[in-house]
Amino acid sequence: MTVQRAARRRGRDTRAVRSSVIALASCIVVFGGLTWIVVNAPGWPEVQTSFLNAQVFWDTLPGLLDAFIINIQLFVTAEVLVLIFGLALAVMRSLHGPVFLPIRVLSNAYTDLFRAVPGVLVIFILGFGIPGLGLIDPKTDQRLFGILALTLVYAAYVAEVYRAGIESIHPSQDAAARSLGLSRLQSLRHVVIPQAVRRVVPPLLNDFIGLQKDTVLVSFIGVVEIFRYSQIASAATFNFTPYVAVGLVFVVITVPLIHLVDWLAKRGFGSGATPSGAVR
Amino acid sequence: MRRSFTLSLGLAAVVLVAACSASTGASPSASTAASAAATVAPSVAASAAASVAPSASAALTDCATNAVVTPGKFTIGTDNPAYPPYFATPEASAKPKAPWQLGDPTNGNGFEAAVGYAIADKLGFTKDAVTWIVVPFNNSFAPGPKTFDIDLNQVNYKPARTQTADLSKGYYFGNQSAVVLKGSKYATATSVADLKDAQWGAQVGTTSLDAINTVIAPTKKPVIYDTNDLAVEALGKKTIDAIMVDLPTADYITNVQVQNAVIAGQFQGGTPEYFSAVLQKGSKLTDCVNQAIDALTADGTLDKLVKDWLPFQASVPIIKP
Repeated sequence: MTVQRAARRRGRDTRAVRSSVIALASCIVVFGGLTWIVVNAPGWPEVQTSFLNAQVFWDTLPGLLDAFIINIQLFVTAEVLVLIFGLALAVMRSLHGPVFLPIRVLSNAYTDLFRAVPGVLVIFILGFGIPGLGLIDPKTDQRLFGILALTLVYAAYVAEVYRAGIESIHPSQDAAARSLGLSRLQSLRHVVIPQAVRRVVPPLLNDFIGLQKDTVLVSFIGVVEIFRYSQIASAATFNFTPYVAVGLVFVVITVPLIHLVDWLAKRGFGSGATPSGAVR
Repeated sequence: MRRSFTLSLGLAAVVLVAACSASTGASPSASTAASAAATVAPSVAASAAASVAPSASAALTDCATNAVVTPGKFTIGTDNPAYPPYFATPEASAKPKAPWQLGDPTNGNGFEAAVGYAIADKLGFTKDAVTWIVVPFNNSFAPGPKTFDIDLNQVNYKPARTQTADLSKGYYFGNQSAVVLKGSKYATATSVADLKDAQWGAQVGTTSLDAINTVIAPTKKPVIYDTNDLAVEALGKKTIDAIMVDLPTADYITNVQVQNAVIAGQFQGGTPEYFSAVLQKGSKLTDCVNQAIDALTADGTLDKLVKDWLPFQASVPIIKP
């Protein structure tokens, strides 16, 4: 019995070693081959000076990081506002009863509209339209319009995420809460939403990844954030390396968040199962 | 597992085969051609070119004939819309020929249109042999073979830019200028100090931003728009107080785009700025074009074209540093 088991384990081990060797070789052949093709392409030296210029990279990086602070300001502020506004929209939409029809319709129309309109248009319309009204100081910081526009757009997405979460909670939960004497709002507040939010954490983070990347759109109304800065640097040097650098900055900031999403999903957030201790 | 492994091996094999055939064919010949081009371009023609009057010299014609993208044609690129006064709008009755909007380079009217035809003429191309194509600013210096022979798009010479593209000698030497709203306190500015606290704006990618930072050094961070049109829009809405643009564009903005805008003045000093034609890095044509521009400068053609198309140059006040 034990001999057989040892033999089986040995077999497993050799198979494991063999498959990792093959995997490694396969990777080397594929990635090495691709690299070799690119590096030997006739236009490679030219592409290398235009896109992967170390000199330009190190010259522009400090300025890029400086400009990225504005992106951080934009997405952190917008994320907080989106969480609040999106939840409000979702709650509006999940109010039952004929009295609340206008509120439901309004919330519905809102999410339809702002998911349909490209974000960059909302930014444009607010950034150039609001100052044109003459109601507020025309010198108002353009970042505010950017934050407002991103909040409006992403709140629509996030509201739908919340709504899906709320609807995924079995009606018996609400019924049980109501039978204990809680009102619909109280039941939402204390029973449904706490469970719903837990379930939608991964999709919420996904939307935030989108939001972070969309902060570059605010450059269209004149804000010199990281993308606009890279455009300036690129035009000054006739070189595309600054754009590659921007891509790298976003990769560095976003990839950890993506893996956080995966990790949370593994821990039971977002799955049908309610993690222990969620509902007491 | 096994299936996907075989698949990836197969893929790798295909990839490798493709790579071998691609590199053996193209790369060596391309690189030798480029280096040959750099050394061959004649300097003999320089003296000859200057002495010969209006039309093309034989040396310059020889120089250009084999260097152009399409044999027998001289292809000039510029961005669309092509703005006046660099490219003039056709008579009221006619519309610009598609795809051109606003200005129409093909009618030869407007400063850069005229310069384009003048350079072509010096290189031995008749008006019929000149083709204009749309080349967005970013494409003008993207790596890879160019679709144009020269690109005329108000590109200011900058040493850093010559790493990825050839830039010709200057065909226009102009100043940056400030466009402000009529009646604002900046409209009467006489020195740079009067303009320091203004909210400045400019178009991305232009040297106007450098001018704002080096000449004005404003107290507020400049706002940068994708196009001059958007900056003009923001000026009209008072989001910004002043736009930095080259003088001919300033003239167009104040005469056509924003009714209540004026040119506060032009800035002199610092390093003089000039417009260069953009060419493929290491292009055989660069030397020929430089000689053509030398010839056009020597025989007074460029001065005449400035007087014809950019007459306001002399009348705009100069703002002191």
